[in-house]
Amino acid sequence: MKKLLTMVAAGAMAASPALADLVFPDLSYRTGPYAAGGIPFSDGYQDYMTLLNQRDGGIGGVMTRVIECETAYNTERGVECYESTKGEGALVYQPLSTGITYQLIPRATADGIPLHTMGYGRTSAANGDVFSHVFNYPANYWDAASVIVNQLLEENGGSLEGKTIALLYHNSAYGREPIRTLETLAEMHGFELTQLAVDHPGQEQGNQWLQIRRERPDYVVMWGWGVMNQVAVQEAINIRFPMENFIGNWWAGADHDVTSAGEAAAGYRSLNMNRLGDMPIFAEIQQYVHDAGMAAGDGSNLGNVLYTRGMYAAMLAAEAARTAQELSGVAQIDASMMRDGMEALVMTNARMEELGMPGVGPEFAVTCEDHGGTGMAIMQQWNGTEWVALTDFIAPDDSVTQPLVMEDSAQFAAENNIASQCGDS
Amino acid sequence: MFYREAGDFKTSYVDDNQTFPIAFDRYRYYLVLIVGLGVIPFLLNDYWANSILIPFLIYAIAAIGLNILTGYCGQVSLGTGGFMAVGAYTSYKLMTAFPWMDMVSVTLLSGFMTALVGVAFGLPSLRIKGFYLAVATLAAQFFLVWMFNKVPWFYNYSASGQISAPERTLFGMAVTGPNAEAWVKYVFCFSLVFVLAWVARNLTRGSVGRQWMAIRDMDIAAEIIGVNPLKAKLTAFAVSSFYVGISGALLFTVYLGAVEVGEAYGIQKSFLVLFMIIIGGLGSIFGSFAGAAFMVLLPVALKVLLVDTMGWDTALATHFQFVIVGALIMFFLIVEPHGLARLWALLKEKLRLWPFPH
Repeated sequence: MKKLLTMVAAGAMAASPALADLVFPDLSYRTGPYAAGGIPFSDGYQDYMTLLNQRDGGIGGVMTRVIECETAYNTERGVECYESTKGEGALVYQPLSTGITYQLIPRATADGIPLHTMGYGRTSAANGDVFSHVFNYPANYWDAASVIVNQLLEENGGSLEGKTIALLYHNSAYGREPIRTLETLAEMHGFELTQLAVDHPGQEQGNQWLQIRRERPDYVVMWGWGVMNQVAVQEAINIRFPMENFIGNWWAGADHDVTSAGEAAAGYRSLNMNRLGDMPIFAEIQQYVHDAGMAAGDGSNLGNVLYTRGMYAAMLAAEAARTAQELSGVAQIDASMMRDGMEALVMTNARMEELGMPGVGPEFAVTCEDHGGTGMAIMQQWNGTEWVALTDFIAPDDSVTQPLVMEDSAQFAAENNIASQCGDS
Repeated sequence: MFYREAGDFKTSYVDDNQTFPIAFDRYRYYLVLIVGLGVIPFLLNDYWANSILIPFLIYAIAAIGLNILTGYCGQVSLGTGGFMAVGAYTSYKLMTAFPWMDMVSVTLLSGFMTALVGVAFGLPSLRIKGFYLAVATLAAQFFLVWMFNKVPWFYNYSASGQISAPERTLFGMAVTGPNAEAWVKYVFCFSLVFVLAWVARNLTRGSVGRQWMAIRDMDIAAEIIGVNPLKAKLTAFAVSSFYVGISGALLFTVYLGAVEVGEAYGIQKSFLVLFMIIIGGLGSIFGSFAGAAFMVLLPVALKVLLVDTMGWDTALATHFQFVIVGALIMFFLIVEPHGLARLWALLKEKLRLWPFPH
C-alpha cells in the first residue's frame, strides 16, 4: 500500500507540471511607481483567461493557467520571474516592460519560448527574419511616432514646415525608442524636434516644463509611463499649455493619467492601439468572472483603457494558441507550436466580432518576415470625464519606419551572427 | 568540543599567521570550496544559477569592495552604483571593440578602469570627511549615470541607449550571452570571487590594511605615527573601485546581459550594497558575504514562502516584503549594530567553550 501511494505520488509529481494546462505567465507589476499602469493591464489579461476557462472550458478543451509574478518594473526581478516560471511549460511571455523585454529577447530565443511585446519592447523585432521568437504586433513605437506625425500633417494641411515639436520622454530604452524615427520625420517634413528627457520615476519635471514654457513649441509629444504621465498632465495645465496640442503615445493615455486632473485636462490627446467602448465581452466578463468572485485584483478596472488592452493582449495570445492547436493538431501545445501559431495568426473583423469585441484592434496577418502587424492606431481625446475616439485607425508611414527596422535588425543580426530565419519559406 | 585551539600545535611562524588558525575553521573553508566547485556545478539548474547563486556571488564582490573603503578605511561612499556602471560600460566597449578578447581580461581591465575613475573621485577625500564625502560620492553617482545616458559613444549609438553583452568565450565555452551554460557562468563567477576574496583578506591583514584601519580609527593619530593619508586613502579608493567595477561588469556581462544605466546602476544600487555591508558587518570579509547572501536571498525566500507556498496575492506579498526587510534592518541596527559578522564571531566564541561554558 505504502509503495503504491509513493508511486502514485511520484507519478502525480512527474505529470503535474506543464501537461495539464496551457500556461500563460503574467509578469505583472502591482507595486512601485508604474503600478497604476501595471494593475489594470494585468487584471484584464487574467480576467480574459479566467473567462475562457469558465465559459468555454479553456482553449480547445485545455484549461488555461495564469502564473502571476511581480516584477515591480525592475529588470532583475523580471529575470527572476522568467527563470522561475519558464519550467512550468510557459507558452508566451508578455512582460509589459521594454527593459525586461531587452533582457528576455536573447534568453527566450535560446529557450525557444516566444515573446509578445504588444506595442512596446524592441521595435526592430518586427523583422521576423532576424527575431524568430519575438512578436510585436499589432503596432510598435516607430509606427506610433509616424501615426502622430501623420495626424498632425493632416490637421495642418499636409505641411509641418517651420513647426516645432517637443518630445517629452521617459529617460529609458522605452522613451528613447521613437527618437530616431522622429528625427527622420523632422528632416522629411521640415519641423524642428526638441528632446526633453525625464528621469525615472518621472515626478521631477519642473525644468522640462520651464523649457516648454519658454520655447512654446507647437506640439508636445509624450512618451511617458507610470507616475510620469499624471505629473506631465498637471504641469501642462499649470503652465496653461493648450491641451489639444499635447499628445501622448498609447502608454500615456489611460484613465488614471487624467482623472486626477479631471476637467482641467480636457482636450489632452493620446494614441490608442485598441478601441474602447461598450463591447459585449465586458458583460460576459462581468457575468462569468466578476459575479463569480474570480476577478483579478479588486475588479474596479473593468472596461478602462489599460484593462481593455490587457484583455486584448490575452485575446491575441489565446487566438494564437488556438491557431497553434489547429496547425499542429494537438490540444496540449508547447512553446514551439505556440510560436508557429503566433506566426500564422490572422485577425479579421469577423473574428473579433465573433469574440465579442468588434473592432477592438486593426485587422492584420502575421508572417514569417513581418512580426509587427499593420502599425495602425487611433487618436483619442479626454473630454474631462472619459476618453473619446477622435479618428478611425490611422496608418503609419511604412516608407519611413521600414528602412529603420531593417537597418536596426540588420545590425543586431550582424552583432549576434543570426542567419536569415525565413529563407526556406 | 571540536572548535578550539587546544591540541592544534603550530611549529612555524607561517603556521601561526595563517588566516584560519583553528583547524575546524580550515576544514570548513576547504569544505565550502569543495562543495562550491566540485558539487554545486553538477547539480545546478538555470533557476538556482540565474536567480540566486550568480547574483549572490556578484553582489559579494561589490560588498567586499565597498567594505574595503567604508568598513576598513572609514570613507563613506554612496557612489557604488556609478562605479559599477563604469565597470559595465568599460566591458561593453571592450567586448564590442575587441571581439577576440577573453572574458578574464575584459573583466580585469574593467576593474582597472574603474579603479582609475575611483581614484579621481577619491581625491576630494583628502580634504573632506564624513557626510561631506558621502555627498561628494553621491555626486559621482549622479554624474556617472548622467554621462552614460548623455554620451552616445558609450552605448555605441544604439537607438534605445541599452547596452547588450554579445557572446564571449573562455577556453572555448560561452560565458556571456544566452547560450552560456549555467554552470560555466557560475564557475566563472565563483573563481573570480575566490581569488578576489583571498586577495582582499590578505590585503586587509597586511600593512596596507593596517594603514587603512589606522586612518579609519583616527586619521590625525595615524598621520603622526607615519601613515601617509594620501597613499592610504587613495589605495583604498583604488582597490575598492577595482572590486566594485568587476562586480558591475559581471552584473552586466554574465548576469543581466542587457542593461540600462539609470535602472540597473541607479542610486538604489548604491544603497543596496551599503545595506549589505551594514547588515553583514563593517570591516569584515565574511560580513560582506553574509550581507550579500541576506539581501539576495531574502526577497526570493519571502516570495517562495508567501506567494508560492501560502498562495498570497503577489502585490500584497511584495508590500509585506518591504515591511519585513525594513523591520529586519531596524532589528539588526538595534540589536546587533555590528552585523551578521559579529553574531558569527559571538557564536564562535561560545563554541570554543562548548560544552563546558564555565
